Amino acid sequence: MDFANFLIQLLNSIQYGLLLFMLAAGLTLIFGIMGVVNLAHGSFYMLGAYMAWFFTAQFDSLVLAIVVGTLLAVALGWLLEWGLFRFFYHRDHLDQVLLTFGLIYIFEELRSILWGDDVHAVQVPELLNWSIPLTDTLSYPVYRLVMSGICIALAVGLYLLISKTRLGMKIRAGAFNREMTEALGINIRLIHGVVFALGVGLAAIAGMIASPIASVYPGMGSSVLIMCFVVVVIGGIGSVRGALVAALLVGLVDTFGKVLVPQLAGMAVYMLMALVLLYKPEGLFKQ
Amino acid sequence: MSSPKATLEKLPRGVQVLLGVGALALAAFPFVPVDGRDFYLQMITQMMILAIFAMSLDLLQGVTGLVSLGHAAYFGLAGYALAFLTPADNPVALWWSLPLAAGAAGLAALVIGFFVVRTHGIYFIMVTMAFAQMIYFLFFDNKSLGGSDGIYVYFRPDASAVGIDLENRTHFYYFTLAALIGVYLLLRRLLFSPFGRALSGIRVNEHRMRAVGYGTFGYKLAAFTLAGTLAGVAGYLWAAQTGFVNPELMGFHMSAHAIMMVILGGMGNFAGAIVGAFAFEYVMHFFKDMTKHWQLLMGGFIVLVVIVAPRGLLGLGEKMFGRNKGGRL
Amino acid sequence: MTTRRLVLTRSAAVIGAASTGLLLPQIVRAQSDKLRVGFMLPYTGTFAQLGVAIENGFRMAINEQGGKLGGREIEFFKVDDESNPAKGIENATRLVQRDRVDVLVGTVHSGVQMGIHRVARESGVLNLIPNAGVHVATRQQCAPNVFRTSFSNSQPTLALGKPMVERGHKKAVWITWNYAAGDEAFEGFEKSYTEAGGQIIKKLGLPFPNVEFQALLTEIASLRPDAVACFFAGGGAAKFLRDYHAAGLSRSIQLYGSGFLTEGVLEAAGDAANGVLTTMHYSDSLDTPRNKQFRLEYAKTFKMQPDVYAVQGYDTGLLLVQGANAVRGDFGNKQALQAAMRGAEIDSPRGKWKMSPSHNPIQDMYLRQVENRENKVIGIAAKAVADPGTGCRMA
Repeated sequence: MDFANFLIQLLNSIQYGLLLFMLAAGLTLIFGIMGVVNLAHGSFYMLGAYMAWFFTAQFDSLVLAIVVGTLLAVALGWLLEWGLFRFFYHRDHLDQVLLTFGLIYIFEELRSILWGDDVHAVQVPELLNWSIPLTDTLSYPVYRLVMSGICIALAVGLYLLISKTRLGMKIRAGAFNREMTEALGINIRLIHGVVFALGVGLAAIAGMIASPIASVYPGMGSSVLIMCFVVVVIGGIGSVRGALVAALLVGLVDTFGKVLVPQLAGMAVYMLMALVLLYKPEGLFKQ
Repeated sequence: MSSPKATLEKLPRGVQVLLGVGALALAAFPFVPVDGRDFYLQMITQMMILAIFAMSLDLLQGVTGLVSLGHAAYFGLAGYALAFLTPADNPVALWWSLPLAAGAAGLAALVIGFFVVRTHGIYFIMVTMAFAQMIYFLFFDNKSLGGSDGIYVYFRPDASAVGIDLENRTHFYYFTLAALIGVYLLLRRLLFSPFGRALSGIRVNEHRMRAVGYGTFGYKLAAFTLAGTLAGVAGYLWAAQTGFVNPELMGFHMSAHAIMMVILGGMGNFAGAIVGAFAFEYVMHFFKDMTKHWQLLMGGFIVLVVIVAPRGLLGLGEKMFGRNKGGRL
Repeated sequence: MTTRRLVLTRSAAVIGAASTGLLLPQIVRAQSDKLRVGFMLPYTGTFAQLGVAIENGFRMAINEQGGKLGGREIEFFKVDDESNPAKGIENATRLVQRDRVDVLVGTVHSGVQMGIHRVARESGVLNLIPNAGVHVATRQQCAPNVFRTSFSNSQPTLALGKPMVERGHKKAVWITWNYAAGDEAFEGFEKSYTEAGGQIIKKLGLPFPNVEFQALLTEIASLRPDAVACFFAGGGAAKFLRDYHAAGLSRSIQLYGSGFLTEGVLEAAGDAANGVLTTMHYSDSLDTPRNKQFRLEYAKTFKMQPDVYAVQGYDTGLLLVQGANAVRGDFGNKQALQAAMRGAEIDSPRGKWKMSPSHNPIQDMYLRQVENRENKVIGIAAKAVADPGTGCRMA
């Protein structure tokens, strides 16, 4: 593999990793702060993608579709937390697994009823629909670079939110010790709602911005869900920083694995996870 | 954090009666002249196989308190073992292929368990899933192992040594029924043995068990291995019956279905696992017959069960029939 | 009431409530005079569109004959196979054993087809395959009661090699999914391309149904072949076309494929697909009166445009009609029924075709080029392509 090739594969890995991070960040936050394991997280990714397709067709603009979709996703997240999830914080993980597995079925079917079972494509916005020539045969699509840029921006935003704002402070406090936080007069219920909505929103945004390059199809949620869990476990549950590092690692292992050792490609990421857990059973950056 | 709720260990009279009636009904079914008998025989055989699978998970989950999202790996491995052992033109003998396949599954469980049993809570759940996914991809990515297309098992195992022809649907049905009852009785015995008591103790409070001097790691590993072996028995039967194995047998969905069956029925007493398996499959077939959008109903059903019947159908049954002396059978 | 009686009566109540007519077998089912046709197709999942198209085409063919087969009324049964191979045998058994169908029409996915095939061979039920191209069904495991009206996986690519070499593309990279359909498509490509003098410099694959092509596209670029040949279908095909274009490869390296690369996905792929050359046994733009008439009728009846799957479904109906007419509806007369179907000539929108001895269509393969969201037929890539039927005892 020559150097140019290597660079391109590196770019590919980072782009994939950043997208995974968007999904994993939401999942790790929800689990770290509310202790809820949510198997339906992939469904939010799928909902985001389908909304992007649907609204782009309606408004003829991907950007507008993303804005509308994000608002809807956040609202959905809030409602789900308020109406269903908050009764499950104290239930054991088994019940949560079961509940969210049932939700996966429901979301898949709702999607089928609302939008059908066809595979769809979302067009890349004209402005971004060009490629940068890297070698005489290969170009790199600009949209992928923009996508990575958005993920980075959101990651920075998340970091600032959690560590530099009052809301972030309350979130961290609530994760650390819920009763004390409540005793100090902070509305922990509100915090939980915000965190859940944030997680769902991130997943949906990931689905939306990825839709032009990922295709919109039934079952896209499950494939991404498992990868997401792997990232969360490697990074350490509850750690957003861990999710970032782990996501990039997974992106690297997956991309280079596919190219260098195709027979082990699918397994590679899981081997990585097993390895990490052997030495750090609670993940790389456990809180 | 992940301690499942207290379970019905001693089954109330009502449930015992139900089980007895059920066993008799199953034994009598092949004699009922129904239209499409072959189809129903096959369907019920499949349910019985899944019941064995569910019971194996119940040992791990309901009794020992270890929630595994990767139990299907051992189910599938044994199935694949049968597929590899069966040549293209001849059946393989039952008497050694079944122990070998189940043993292979058990060995895998032992090895994986060694890595996995050290973790706790949500990590345990995740790691079991990770290893199962790893095995899934091992088979999925490699054509030499069949790849995503899977492998066919051209002949059912040869049990002529004991006078049974497994290619005959009815014989296979009774063989599976015998296996179901056998595994059930074995596990019930185990539950009330010192080993089983130790496992229950670990579920309730592992620290306390350690404080009293139990080597909990060893016990958990043993439970994990035994559960994997029994899952292998079920997987072997499944491969023999359907004549086909593919990586989906080891996948996430299969493992999740197993968990649901166990929870649906009621955990920790093995009877619940049987009831759960039958109920789950029945409900799924029913919904599928009803509408194309059966997944919606299935999902709704699952959510309903979690909210309304957290101790499963047997838990509900307990409420309805009242808790009386109950027994160990 | 004693506790025992309470227990028993309550148990009875529960059981009674549970048995209200659900899935319970009927002890007696009157034999009806109607012919039973069973569809085992994907009605949900990624191939749902194909299942619907096939059924539509089939029904249209039957309705053109007055809605009866050999003078008999028809009763339809349906099972959703969900494209799940693990349930293939179970679903097929349901149609054959429980619903007692006389004909089983199915299916799309080759993995599921193997399950159906097993049941068909065991039970002897007439099985018409409207899509699944898996080789063994008309090769080693061919059977007198199994007929295919679509194609075998290597047929389209058997016609691909020569056009590629004729255009000067002598060094190619092959890429596809690592599953039966992909492997079998490669078999056809390898044979035709190497026989025509081409050289396959690398064979790339990724697990089905993975669509992360970036890494492999990068590798293709570094290999610098004259052309790329591939097999992809459905959503994956749309994505491949778009990714190939976005990586700049569409400008420098010509893309060829088995026709499924551009079937039903051109809207989704958009301009990215322009210039792609494919071979297949049909094309929407086929300029024959027969095709035009078919397309008009179909669009009028179903308010949507037909595709190759609809044509295959339609041809399945035509085949069944010919067989049924020959035996005047007496499906018990298997010998005559199968003989009639074996010798049938189907006047299909794709052109007239006949059955090969191993029960697979012998048909022309068209060379098509994508132009403005349409597969324009630019010639015939190969005439009367037949599947070799290796290992078939009937051949």
